[in-house]
Amino acid sequence: MNRVYIVALVFCLFAVFAVADDSLYESGPMKVPGDGELDAGAAIDKLVWARLDKLDLAPAKLCSDEVFIRRAYLVAIGTLPREEEVRDFLSTTDDVKRTLVVERLLDSPEFADYWSMKWGDLLRIKAEFPIKLWPNAVQSYHHWVHDSIRTNKPYNEFVRELLTGSGSNFRRGEVNFYRAMQDRTPRGCASTVALTLMGERTKLWPERKLDAMAGFFSNVAYKSTSEWKEEIVYFDPTADEDNLHRQAIFPDGNPVELDPSQRDPRMVFADWLIRPENPYFSRTISNRIWSWLMGRGIVDPPDDLGPHNPPAIPELLAHLEREFTESHCDIKHLFRIIMNSQTFQLSSIPAQRSPEAVANFAHYPLRRMEAEVLIDALNQITNTKEDYSSPIPEPFTFVPDDIRAIALGDGSITSSFLELFGRPPRDTGLEEERSRNITAAQRLHLLNSSHVQKKIKACPLVARAAETAGEDSAELIERIYLQVLSRYPTEDERTVVREYADASGMGTRSLALDLVWSLVNQPEFYFIH
Amino acid sequence: MNISQSLLARRHRRELSRIPQLSGGVPVSRREALRRSVYGSAGMLLMEPFSVRAAQDPLSPRKLSTGDGPAKSVIQIWLWGGPCHIDTFDPKPGAGREYTGALADTLDTNVDGMQIGQLLPGLAKEADKYSLIRSMTHGTNGHETAAYLVQTGRTSERDVFPGSGAVVSYFKGYDAGYEGLIPPYVVLTEPQGRFSEAGFLGPRYKPFATGGNPASPVFAVEGIVSPGVTEEQQRARRDFKGKLNTLGGALPGHSALKTVVDSEEQAYELILGDAGKLFDLGQEKDEMRDRYGRNTFGQSCLMARRLVEKQVPYITINYKGWDTHKQHFQIMNRKLPELDQGLAALLGDLSENGLLDSTVVWCTGEFGRTPKVATESPWNGGRHHYGKAFSCLLAGGGFKGGQVLGATNSTGEEVAERPVYPADVIGSMYGQLGIPADAPLPHPQGTPTNVVPGESENVPMGGLLKELV
Repeated sequence: MNRVYIVALVFCLFAVFAVADDSLYESGPMKVPGDGELDAGAAIDKLVWARLDKLDLAPAKLCSDEVFIRRAYLVAIGTLPREEEVRDFLSTTDDVKRTLVVERLLDSPEFADYWSMKWGDLLRIKAEFPIKLWPNAVQSYHHWVHDSIRTNKPYNEFVRELLTGSGSNFRRGEVNFYRAMQDRTPRGCASTVALTLMGERTKLWPERKLDAMAGFFSNVAYKSTSEWKEEIVYFDPTADEDNLHRQAIFPDGNPVELDPSQRDPRMVFADWLIRPENPYFSRTISNRIWSWLMGRGIVDPPDDLGPHNPPAIPELLAHLEREFTESHCDIKHLFRIIMNSQTFQLSSIPAQRSPEAVANFAHYPLRRMEAEVLIDALNQITNTKEDYSSPIPEPFTFVPDDIRAIALGDGSITSSFLELFGRPPRDTGLEEERSRNITAAQRLHLLNSSHVQKKIKACPLVARAAETAGEDSAELIERIYLQVLSRYPTEDERTVVREYADASGMGTRSLALDLVWSLVNQPEFYFIH
Repeated sequence: MNISQSLLARRHRRELSRIPQLSGGVPVSRREALRRSVYGSAGMLLMEPFSVRAAQDPLSPRKLSTGDGPAKSVIQIWLWGGPCHIDTFDPKPGAGREYTGALADTLDTNVDGMQIGQLLPGLAKEADKYSLIRSMTHGTNGHETAAYLVQTGRTSERDVFPGSGAVVSYFKGYDAGYEGLIPPYVVLTEPQGRFSEAGFLGPRYKPFATGGNPASPVFAVEGIVSPGVTEEQQRARRDFKGKLNTLGGALPGHSALKTVVDSEEQAYELILGDAGKLFDLGQEKDEMRDRYGRNTFGQSCLMARRLVEKQVPYITINYKGWDTHKQHFQIMNRKLPELDQGLAALLGDLSENGLLDSTVVWCTGEFGRTPKVATESPWNGGRHHYGKAFSCLLAGGGFKGGQVLGATNSTGEEVAERPVYPADVIGSMYGQLGIPADAPLPHPQGTPTNVVPGESENVPMGGLLKELV
């Protein structure tokens, strides 16, 4: 037993010496925003700062450039920065280089891919059971979402189109909104609209509130055509025959007379919902975007709004709503002001640990990469691909063989890797369907599966290492660090790697192999930090 | 505990296992300590720490107290694609060549009056060990919906129900005190994937899919067995990796990183511990491996027997390739002997080892196939989906052998006697495992829901299989 303790003590001492140089992950302290600073990021910081001050909590330091570029890429476009991008960014001394990166990311094609994936979860874009949209409809739905994001369609227009669409599921992508739900009754539609666009769960509502809202959706009708699996979603003024003229009640309690012979009640509802001053509208989307970028909603979870779940910093949420409204529902504007704030750029190393620090954004949270982002990152590092195919044999869905997982439109096109790492089934549209947990099975897969081992063997740097055997490995080690962890190795790390190579007498290729393996298995790799 | 320390803990596991480690001074075995750490923070072995939709406090795992039944394990042989009932377990020699195609003969079995298809001679010798349900029906001809029906017993359009493997894992897995290192629900070798097998129970109850091929020289169980990497290399690399954990050093005691360490500890238990030996089919005698057939299906059956010996509650063999719209008879000539050899060996071997009485074996697909051969172009002798009538083989775990339940008409196109729906089979199986029909499932909206559908669900049922118990 003594021996156990002695050895343990030695390890503890080692751990003390091995403690990282914090400046690797941190830069300076957060600056108290002065009154003269006009940019929107500063306004966010002021509100967060005031809240932290009130709670007597200190914010973490600002993150280092190394942390920033990696975080910005992974959060905004679900993509790992490439070696050259990291080198360029780290060597630039421009004051506004972080802002420039944000601008570049918001304009990149991956932005539309990645956020179409996120919206695909919420809008349940899936060909098969239980949503059963069918591949052609999935494509048109996904294209519509992708186009909307690519062109930065104002969010109010996006919502109006979703709510009021009519036409063929193959030709008008947005009409699939009313098909992508298991329960297509008026109540089912109302429930889905409430969750997706108002961030509320109707099971917490009184029955009569849901019934009253269902009235807006009782003229939604579906019919098939002679084309296989084609379905028309349309407005049928006579669908609710016994109840043609009726009163419905908006979720805020205001009644309205509906007359379907004059106007599609869905339009009446859309007019109500997308008014800028409607908190159900701008609050929900502002909070969602904050939670996507910050890892946690001001109201959290972001799809469980309501009086039972108050915001952590109400003034901050109100500020975001205002920014959103004044920018004419510009989604990218919210991205821009949040990502340029110091709050977004805080380090993950907390100044102090407490649930309150977490809930009030005193430091940036650790989050495991999403399944799709993780496999894309592994493929990027190792220059390998995955085979994706649609489980529905006919019509065959053409999936390009170099497609990235974030660009897959159909939730039914999957892989055991994506399942293992928590890709959502897209059954319900709840945000919590996506899992970012760490499990033993995931660790097993990254540590030891033939799937990952094969990729690492194919990694160009490993292949190159075989050719340069005997040469100094310093440059190789540096490139592996830049590609996997988006930073240069520290002196300590260089020493550990050299000692490992010397002790085992291994060749350069084996060293490259073990180093890539070792780094993709670091929390620093698979966590966004 | 950092990685190096956990390595150390392993090295000294003997000593450690004798030391009272946890509070109260009660000696705790290493495995129990591991299990506690599993519940405490890292989640179930290979599972999510808590289910997304059936959330519960991971610190106080619900001990489910269902009763015991004669069955302890289930082996599900899933014939993905839908095998033809009249070519296998419900032959119709009198229906004419229009129906039988080239497979017009039948075989007598070792049970008087019970006959099966001509390509199943091995199973003909084991008929006393299994019963055949010839009146399976649900009427659905789409793969995914039918697969969902047959494996969940549910027709619900509203919710996604768990398949029987996930339900058994829920009632007989970790929550019920299962202590094996191997996850309680294993799929050989690829997951079914067409629908979420765990349904609303959530990812915690999903199966562990082995990957790899048990018929290759090394069964490379994904993650557990890594060909070409020695144990020594594994340890050296693990140590190396530990030294490079710079972020971990900057965030001592962070809860997310603690979860990583605990999950990794469990992963290495599988990589470096006994799990690798369990999956090493080289430990079986050559004659035994030959008996099962040296192909993926045969060796999967052998692997399933080894898992049953370790008390794994639910094993699915996902046996693909039965969707034979074209080239049906050519494919049957190739596949049926494989099915016959592997399944007959499994039943015989389980029986010889005294394991059949405690192991349910059920073998079916999502539907049957059109009894009338599609001779027209482009099918040229194929068979299509047929959910109206199909067969299921059921053995062991207290179910009687040598029985035939239900019947189809003379052409195999209609159920003529005693219709049996998927919920009847699954519910009866739960009964044999000691899971009562009214055992509640944690419905996400809190709707009272039992393992066997209640009357209000309007799920068609023909009645539990009292005839076979």
